[in-house]
Amino acid sequence: MEVASARQYEPVIGLEIHVQLATDTKMFCGCELSFGLDPNTRTCPVCLGHPGVLPVPNRRAIEFGLMIGLALGCEIAPRSIFHRKNYFYPDNPKAFQISQYDVPLCSGGELAGVRVHRAHLEEDAAKLVHAGESGRIHGAEASVVDFNRAGTPLVEIVTEPDIHSAAEAAEWARLLRETLRALGVSDVNMDEGSLRVDGNVSIRPAGEATLGVKTELKNMNSFRFLERGLDAEIARQEGILREGGQVEQETLHFDNRTGALSSLRSKEEAHDYRYFPEPDLVPIAPTEAMIEMARAAIPELPLARAERFERDHDLPADSARLLAFRGEQGDFFEAALAVSPSDPRTLANYVVNDVPPGSAATPEAVAKLVDLIGAGTVSRGAAKEVLEVLAAEGGDPEQIVADRGLGAAGGDELGAIVDQAIAENAGAVEKIREGKDQAIGAIVGAVMRQTKGRADGGEVQKLIRERIGA
Amino acid sequence: MGRTLFCGAVIDREQVNHVARLARLRLTDEQAEQMAAELSKVLDHIEKMGELDLADVAPTSHVVELENVLREDEARPSWPRDRMLAEAPDADAEGFRVPSPGS
Amino acid sequence: MTSELLSLTAAQAAERTRAGDLDPRELWDLYRERAGADDLGAYLWLPDDAPEMDASGPLGGVPLAVKDLFCVEDVPSTSGSRILEGYRPPYTATSVRKLVDAGAPMLGKTNMDEFAMGSSNENSGYGPVKNPWDESRVPGGSSGGSAAAVAAGLAPWAIGTDTGGSIRQPAALCGIVGLKPTYGAVSRYGMIAFASSLDQCGPLTRDVTDAALLFGQMTGRDPCDSTSLDYPADPRLPSAERLDGLRFGVPKELLDTEGIEPGVRAVFDTTVKRIEELGATVEEIALPHSGHGLAAYYVLAPAEASANLARYDGVRFGIRAEAPDLLSMYEETRAQGFGDEVKRRIMLGTYALSSGYYDAYYGQAQKVRTKIADDFRAAFERVDLIVTPTSPTTAFPLGARTGDPLAMYLSDVLAVPMSLAGIPAISIPGGLADGLPVGVQLAGPAFSEFEICDAAYALERAIGFGDLPWK
Repeated sequence: MEVASARQYEPVIGLEIHVQLATDTKMFCGCELSFGLDPNTRTCPVCLGHPGVLPVPNRRAIEFGLMIGLALGCEIAPRSIFHRKNYFYPDNPKAFQISQYDVPLCSGGELAGVRVHRAHLEEDAAKLVHAGESGRIHGAEASVVDFNRAGTPLVEIVTEPDIHSAAEAAEWARLLRETLRALGVSDVNMDEGSLRVDGNVSIRPAGEATLGVKTELKNMNSFRFLERGLDAEIARQEGILREGGQVEQETLHFDNRTGALSSLRSKEEAHDYRYFPEPDLVPIAPTEAMIEMARAAIPELPLARAERFERDHDLPADSARLLAFRGEQGDFFEAALAVSPSDPRTLANYVVNDVPPGSAATPEAVAKLVDLIGAGTVSRGAAKEVLEVLAAEGGDPEQIVADRGLGAAGGDELGAIVDQAIAENAGAVEKIREGKDQAIGAIVGAVMRQTKGRADGGEVQKLIRERIGA
Repeated sequence: MGRTLFCGAVIDREQVNHVARLARLRLTDEQAEQMAAELSKVLDHIEKMGELDLADVAPTSHVVELENVLREDEARPSWPRDRMLAEAPDADAEGFRVPSPGS
Repeated sequence: MTSELLSLTAAQAAERTRAGDLDPRELWDLYRERAGADDLGAYLWLPDDAPEMDASGPLGGVPLAVKDLFCVEDVPSTSGSRILEGYRPPYTATSVRKLVDAGAPMLGKTNMDEFAMGSSNENSGYGPVKNPWDESRVPGGSSGGSAAAVAAGLAPWAIGTDTGGSIRQPAALCGIVGLKPTYGAVSRYGMIAFASSLDQCGPLTRDVTDAALLFGQMTGRDPCDSTSLDYPADPRLPSAERLDGLRFGVPKELLDTEGIEPGVRAVFDTTVKRIEELGATVEEIALPHSGHGLAAYYVLAPAEASANLARYDGVRFGIRAEAPDLLSMYEETRAQGFGDEVKRRIMLGTYALSSGYYDAYYGQAQKVRTKIADDFRAAFERVDLIVTPTSPTTAFPLGARTGDPLAMYLSDVLAVPMSLAGIPAISIPGGLADGLPVGVQLAGPAFSEFEICDAAYALERAIGFGDLPWK
């Protein structure tokens, strides 16, 4: 008989991503978007929910919503409407949030094997900060509301539960972020909250089709914390099930510092948001022209870029994705490739491993270095050292090679060093002659040590074989 | 949709208290009692709608036939903070003060 | 001189000021003084200083009373509610701004049922308004202050708002003209919302010409209101003397409504005869679903109101009750700030939207609304205008219905179907019943305001109701 503790469990994860759109103004009023400004300096009667005001939707926010939907392969609703989602909270000025409910702008898409359930438009809440010095209200702790963020346009993207590990979730979220970044629709800055990822997690015995009870995980403000939080929650749920318990449906808060999960269950009764169609707004019925305009504004997206790198430049799949999913590095790679198209693999390798984003190296310099290797002027070993200098200080690779004497060892100099290495490694020579070919490594190593890596490994092997006649 | 859906929909004290909590209205017991009686009478009238068979009828949220009424993404000045804070029942120099949620 | 000035309609006064025959300052002083001596409770606020007077605009500097539901920058605007006591909006409603720009300076803010919820003005947080025809009776509501002020000569004209009869019914009960425009014809920006899909503002005036003149300056698409439209016709003043060729419909379902007083019925029947004498035909028509209009209205309007009034939470404006925690701050503030009727409607609306009840109440009401709009569309295939009494009764005594919400709601049974369909309707005085005015309602298809005014004008002349209580 199978016991619970021996079971293998499979995590089932869906993500909910809130994306602040990088429009100039708020979703329903003309206040400028801001981050880090003095509190309540970007407000007006509309975003403070004053009596008598009315919302008017931001055209660009709708365009960005369409771009996101199209980029994720979603269907665009022919006629979507806004609803009011009613709840009282100090960060919710009208006591309802304008959101979309049963007819979202976009639905039914897919990105890298994860299905997108829907993507809809809504408005962000204000920020509630602890009052600190401004004291207490009738004995209670006080908070201060800053409405600068209230009404910032958001797109909420909800995936299907198609993800099966925390690492996969983080990787997919990274891809989504790069996709959004490429679209130019958001700053996608998790620190500043312009990209917020929540996770819905359940686990089930491996191989079973039914879903377990899910919990919602909030406040993971980096991909690392997303992965950690999901892992912690998966482990927690496994622990409960292995002990024969039951997972409770709840919302959990992840503490970035301690890694602890705590329940956010409110003291009040279950939410009843009383959604109904927002009577102050008319339907959004994207016209052919609006959809075409959005489609035309979509650049090459990371997934397509990775495929192109793989196909056109013969890159291995993983470095193609590394470059494409980290847009800056992809741009660096392509800029360098334009200067030196001869050896994309070496170039990609250097960009991925040796030129961190923000380093001092320019694409032109790295391209030139690859050319120097191709011409035999610099060995691959010495190139690593040149890269280190380029990354730290910048500069011209040829100059660095000259200044530091990193030019490839060759000709008579290299011949003499090879001769000496053969003489000092008689045992290895013997083994090679006996057919133990790998023994050549000891002689190559000696040459490399002597030349401080300035020699080309292939060239050295060729010289050794010629000299010992093997 | 028929009459059956409305059976028992007339509202009792307990429902009144639940709805009052949702609406953030504090009602005394006496008020809740009276509210239940008054609302029941009104709901009784409203329930007559249930007699109509409207299964195939589209709901009307708007009587205006408008779509895609949008504004350009152009910023205009925000309102002065002091002017907006002046309307608040409780504010400090920078923001609107409230009792902390959960405290 | 004073009584001569007072007897001028707004349009007549504007004609004189524009021609330079009358100093608008004189008009202002006359009405400001009368408004200051208001003993009906019609006004909630009056300015201390006279505004800049300019007679050059189409409204000729004729001062305008404004329902307290309109936000006016730095002027107390409470929508008749204690919860907004002390609130001075940081902006001005589009319709008010347009009228001021067209030359109608604001004379004052008028009393009203709290958040426009009521049919008697007894739900005001600042006391009731008395009907100038009989001060023991209500002026109707919710625009009761505006109606009473115009009827009593405390204002040349006024604006109010109509969600389910709130312009037409008080106009009827006070013996003046009230026009509820097509939904979308006038911007709602700055109108403190009651039920967003129904609210419209419009004129309350002494006669049809004044209504047409004022309405003509209110219309137009407003970039601040997504639901507003460009008005498809140029403003004009009514001039028709006869109704030849027009077809009028009398909806039998509405006329069969229980509770139409015999006096009201008699005035209505006489009016129908006059319509025929003026050359129009009158036929019976069917509005099969109109009998369910009141039920649908009392789901939709409270539901929208429950959300619109959720913002009164003691955080950003208005009053706040002292309380030890957030939840009780919300509950106490709202318990203290809202009156009984507002609480009742918030409760009704919250209930109708709550989990498990939406389809049966809100969803069904939206479908009834569709059928009612369809009924009107079908009717306007056969007739040009629909005529009904405006209200089943004349002005009732103060306190008569305050204990019976449903009886109060029935005051609007003849006005609500037009609101649900979003079509325009006017109420004009048809005559007196036992010394109290009776209103007759004319409704037409969307954007037929000027046609309605034409017909109402011809009828007004035939009726010859020149009475106002102070004359």
